[in-house]
Amino acid sequence: MSDYILEMESITKTFPGVKALDDVNLKVQHGEIHALVGENGAGKSTLMKVLSGVHPYGSYEGSIVFKGEKSQFRNIKQSENEGIVIIHQELALSPYLSIAENIFLGNERQSNKIMKWQDTFSQSQQLLDQVGLRESPETSVMNIGVGKQQLVEIAKALSKNVKLLILDEPTAALNETDSENLLNLLLDLKEQGITSILISHKLNEVSSIADSITILRDGKTIETLDTRTEDISEERIIKGMVGRELTSRFPERTPNIGETVFEVKNWHVYHPQRSHELLIKDVNMKIRKGEIVGLAGLMGAGRTELVMSMFGKSYGRKISGELYKDGKQIQAHTVSDAISHGMAYVSEDRKTYGLNLIDDIKGNITLANLQRIARRKVVDANQEIRDAQHLTETLNIKTPSINQVAGNLSGGNQQKVVLSKWIFTEPDILILDEPTRGIDVGAKFEIYSLIHDLAQQGKCIFVISSELPEVLGLSDRIYVMNEGEITGEFNRGEADQENMMHYMTGAGGK
Amino acid sequence: MQTIIHLFRNNLREYGMIIALVLITGLFWILTDGVTFTPLNLTNLILQNGFILVLAVGMVLVIITGNIDLSVGSVVAFIGAIAGVLMINHDVPVWLAVVLSILAGAVIGVWQGFWIAYIGIPSFIVTLAGMLIFRGLTLYLLNGQSLAPFPESFQNISGGFLPDLFGGSDIHILTLVFSAVISLVLIYLEFNRRKTQLQYKFEVVPVWITLAKLAILVFVINWFAYQLALNEGMPMVLVIVLFLIVIYTFIMKNTVMGRHIYATGGNKKAADLSGIKTKRVVFGVFVNNGILAALAGLMFAARLNSATPAAGEMLELDAIAAVFIGGASMAGGVGTVIGAIVGGLVMGVMNNGMSLIGIGIDWQQFIKGMVLLIAVGFDVYNKNKG
Repeated sequence: MSDYILEMESITKTFPGVKALDDVNLKVQHGEIHALVGENGAGKSTLMKVLSGVHPYGSYEGSIVFKGEKSQFRNIKQSENEGIVIIHQELALSPYLSIAENIFLGNERQSNKIMKWQDTFSQSQQLLDQVGLRESPETSVMNIGVGKQQLVEIAKALSKNVKLLILDEPTAALNETDSENLLNLLLDLKEQGITSILISHKLNEVSSIADSITILRDGKTIETLDTRTEDISEERIIKGMVGRELTSRFPERTPNIGETVFEVKNWHVYHPQRSHELLIKDVNMKIRKGEIVGLAGLMGAGRTELVMSMFGKSYGRKISGELYKDGKQIQAHTVSDAISHGMAYVSEDRKTYGLNLIDDIKGNITLANLQRIARRKVVDANQEIRDAQHLTETLNIKTPSINQVAGNLSGGNQQKVVLSKWIFTEPDILILDEPTRGIDVGAKFEIYSLIHDLAQQGKCIFVISSELPEVLGLSDRIYVMNEGEITGEFNRGEADQENMMHYMTGAGGK
Repeated sequence: MQTIIHLFRNNLREYGMIIALVLITGLFWILTDGVTFTPLNLTNLILQNGFILVLAVGMVLVIITGNIDLSVGSVVAFIGAIAGVLMINHDVPVWLAVVLSILAGAVIGVWQGFWIAYIGIPSFIVTLAGMLIFRGLTLYLLNGQSLAPFPESFQNISGGFLPDLFGGSDIHILTLVFSAVISLVLIYLEFNRRKTQLQYKFEVVPVWITLAKLAILVFVINWFAYQLALNEGMPMVLVIVLFLIVIYTFIMKNTVMGRHIYATGGNKKAADLSGIKTKRVVFGVFVNNGILAALAGLMFAARLNSATPAAGEMLELDAIAAVFIGGASMAGGVGTVIGAIVGGLVMGVMNNGMSLIGIGIDWQQFIKGMVLLIAVGFDVYNKNKG
């Protein structure tokens, strides 16, 4: 009856304290490639989770009509039975099993619980031919590259008689050739009548193969563009993605910038496991006294990898390049070297990398610099209490006592504890990785004020953030990264969200 | 009354353990018609369990870092065998044999710590291998036979008593002096802690609770010392154990090293990114455990007055059980030396009491297993609820 294979209408999904999706509409026509774009956190993944039943029927508001019928999926199994298959960014393959076993995992060719290997292999072969993958079905998945693994995932989806294929950032981990093959395959599948939803940050891909594009921003549908009826440029898409106004979410500040303090030159880093894969390519950066420098980029651009490799080689291998502080070359082979050179790194994931959740506030604050309160390796407990209390008051950490266990604090207060911990090491260079992730607006303002204070004290501050307004609002200068390279550099005032997005998606630099 | 309930709720883990100890001792006191509390039996209790307590102190450090050591039972046997071969077969002086045995323990710790910390093999596997390796080496050293007897001065490690400097005839005066000094130190520490808490405006318990707590503690210590004094006084084993408790509690609570050990177990990744050399911490903890296992091995051999191939079998499980009954967590980051000692005493009192009332080894094992399960189960239940 209708042209649409999928109609999602006024979908609203709330998590405690956050409205992740607010009255979102998504209509996908039969046999098209429909792109879903938006910034990190715009709600793309949540929307797909609602569709596939990860967030079961009843946990959201709104209606989903698939193939003309109302759907009420309670789990992934039900949506897969109807022919909706999601391929996630992190592939869900079992590395030690063969291609054929992976294709039919959970859906085994069997008779009375006994594996039918003949069918498994012959049917896998057909599917592999269909996706154009020339590998034996008996090969272990861990012995083929990421690009080919992606094809195995698609073959797996085809084996489930897929009607609607959803790909979440399928080309994020692929090189140019593999990306191109994959996109061509999507066009082939379209010929065979399979509808796809493509989630991607790479706007050149989107504008080249998508038939229509839905843009999400802050959990709302902004617009749906049809590339068949009008010519959609990348600029047009970017405008839709970032159209938000910068309000006064940032405290006032007059920068007071001095001499260059810290420099990185010719920095190269390889992947920690796949040691031939170059992740960070020839990065050169510098930062001056009292300066706040933003590092912008999309997920996977290599920002965290870059700063962690600088911080005592905490990430990657075969690291080459030089670090300079106050004009002199420094060596930071271990984290304690880096700390003693005045570096501090506040990780993006405070629970995994920042805090000992079962220890109290004071223990967490002093951990990275215990010698400051120790005499002959014996900790002065009174000094510790005084220092921890002082920082708790300065940073306005809301807690009944410094003996409170860190795991019981709210996200904003945990973040302040991590910041206190690194302020306690008396650093000259502070690297803040997503300092306001998962924090409410009020606490964000406090963190911004704190960052300003630290800069005022003459510290150099790197800020990594996936929220463009945050980078623009905080930074005196911004480096933009894409695929492990610095693709652009802007001073305050030169940058706006649109031209930065160009460099972040790789559309501007090259 | 409210305060007591509040206090109890907040310290359930700590108090639960002590209450368990009190209940179990009380139970055996009734079941044995008071034999448990005779001076002779209390002395025996210490002598029988000294080496388990020493092992528990080493083990709690290992478990706080999130690891485990299954090899200590075999190490106890192996060190006993080394000491036996040195002293009995080769007439090496006792002091030298003791030093060499402790060194051997350190080397064992270096060996296991190397594979675990620097190569990255899980401690379960490395120490399971160690359990077999050192049992095998023990059999080889002893040719499958027992070696006995040890020189008398060596036996004193385990069976000896502190000489009475005050020359008491019916009662051991030095022991009483000792317990009085300990009581005064405890009172001083408690009030000092209270003073600090008040100074920094922390919440403190009402003064009468502190006084009541101290009164009970002081009474128990002095009553216990009095009973020992009525027998032969303070065993050497108790001196060793008390010394270890003081040293290791201080290290874990007040030194940078202790903080690093807790931080490594609490969140290894965060500790790494805070500049803590977590590999070195894990390595050090295993070396330490090797040394303490060697000490326990010497105490065990001295008590048995022989080096036997089957020595220390299942001892690792007693030590591990003591640590977990004492409130440590399998996931690491949690546990105290005192807790491990209390846990060790729970196991010890049960062993002793059940033997006194003549329960067979079959039911003894069964009951010990159930107590371990219930103690840790109670802990997990509370944590999930809270």
